[in-house]
Amino acid sequence: MTTQALPSALAAIVDDFQALSEPERLQLLLEFSEGLPELPDRLKDHPELLEQVVECQSPLFLTIETEANDAGPAGAVRLYFKAPAEAPTTRGFAGVLHEGLDGLSAAEILAVPDDMPELLGLTRAITPLRMRGMTAMLGRIKRKLAASQADA
Amino acid sequence: MPYPVEQNEKFAAYAHPERLVSTEWLAAAIENGAVANGELIVVESDEDVLLYETGHIPGAVKIDWHTDLNDEVSRDYIDGAAFASLAASKGISRDSTVVIYGDKSNWWAAYALWVFTLFGHEDVRLLDGGRDKWVAEGRELTKDRPAPASGNYPVVERNDAPIRAFKDDVLAHLGNGPLIDVRSPEEYTGQRTHMPAYPEEGTLRGGHIPTAASIPWARAAAADGTFRSREELEAIYLGEAGLAEGDDVVAYCRIGERSSHTWFALKYLLGFDSVRNYDGSWTEWGNAVRAPIVKGAERGSLPVAVGA
Repeated sequence: MTTQALPSALAAIVDDFQALSEPERLQLLLEFSEGLPELPDRLKDHPELLEQVVECQSPLFLTIETEANDAGPAGAVRLYFKAPAEAPTTRGFAGVLHEGLDGLSAAEILAVPDDMPELLGLTRAITPLRMRGMTAMLGRIKRKLAASQADA
Repeated sequence: MPYPVEQNEKFAAYAHPERLVSTEWLAAAIENGAVANGELIVVESDEDVLLYETGHIPGAVKIDWHTDLNDEVSRDYIDGAAFASLAASKGISRDSTVVIYGDKSNWWAAYALWVFTLFGHEDVRLLDGGRDKWVAEGRELTKDRPAPASGNYPVVERNDAPIRAFKDDVLAHLGNGPLIDVRSPEEYTGQRTHMPAYPEEGTLRGGHIPTAASIPWARAAAADGTFRSREELEAIYLGEAGLAEGDDVVAYCRIGERSSHTWFALKYLLGFDSVRNYDGSWTEWGNAVRAPIVKGAERGSLPVAVGA
């Protein structure tokens, strides 16, 4: 698998991680955890609209919305995540997926390889066990998208 | 040189009060320069590998349970040479007083303390209440990483036998001594083959080791993450679980981390001399061919073949 198969924003993030040493990669993941946007108020007040990804070691909730677009091209998919501040690794994974995938079309997100998280080069520093949380997050986003497309 | 032990009424009731320090005590020690001058080494050990980086107790170094203490290849802990080099790099010498704290009521900190004890490190203590209590009290946190002068740590071979049980030890223990299962009730009964949030650490079979009492680990902790009083702990472990003074006890969970917390409470707070942590725990037992298992809420009895 090469980064060429990835959407450009995600490919750029993967390139950034790969250019760094292992301790610097951890630092970058921490920055992504700090950059994860807050939920909009309408979701903050309605936690039942989010789904928990139980594979993550810390509570992580997410949901997706597809923007209506009558003008032709497929609507942009918006991603929303919620994870506590005391779970920076989980927040960092969510931050990477948000920056890399938010606003893309469903087809673009569905084309992201399931094992994309391994490209970040964090497996040794974070351990395979912890990496599975991010793989599960990506898997959940893709399953939800596939289901919403089947409904449409 | 060992740093003076904290004296207070709650700790004095425990069998080994020298194994705990309070947040007030640690804050005062930091104020007095004990951490800055290396008399006291503070170690943070969390489940989340990045939590230390978001802010930690001033002067604290980080030790990660997985990347620092586990062997990278085999399911075991690091060896004496690796431990010596890890300790030295954190400014820890063989005679250092080490205070460990972490997230989730010291779940992982107790695990790190248990590994330090495998190497016979003499003076290692837990911060009662851990990271959450320190944060809840609004005490100082910093992102500055200390650069400690290298410690002087000899290569000491691990001495597993006194505090670590392997599967064969547990088989031999069945019928001869009590077992404490510290997992959730759903894991104990066999309803679940993994912890609610940890499906990747599942097993092929669910249930518990025959005769084990179910005392979920968190019952040893109060709402603020501190250990319960001696009286409360006695009601749980002597009363409910039925342990008796002088018992040889084995505790287990899923991979040996939650049971380290119970191991600490039994050994240092209640004073059981012989307590072993079975770190293979359910991820070994629940996958092992022909290991005896009981399903349901009853402790169950030994199958005839095991005792024979």
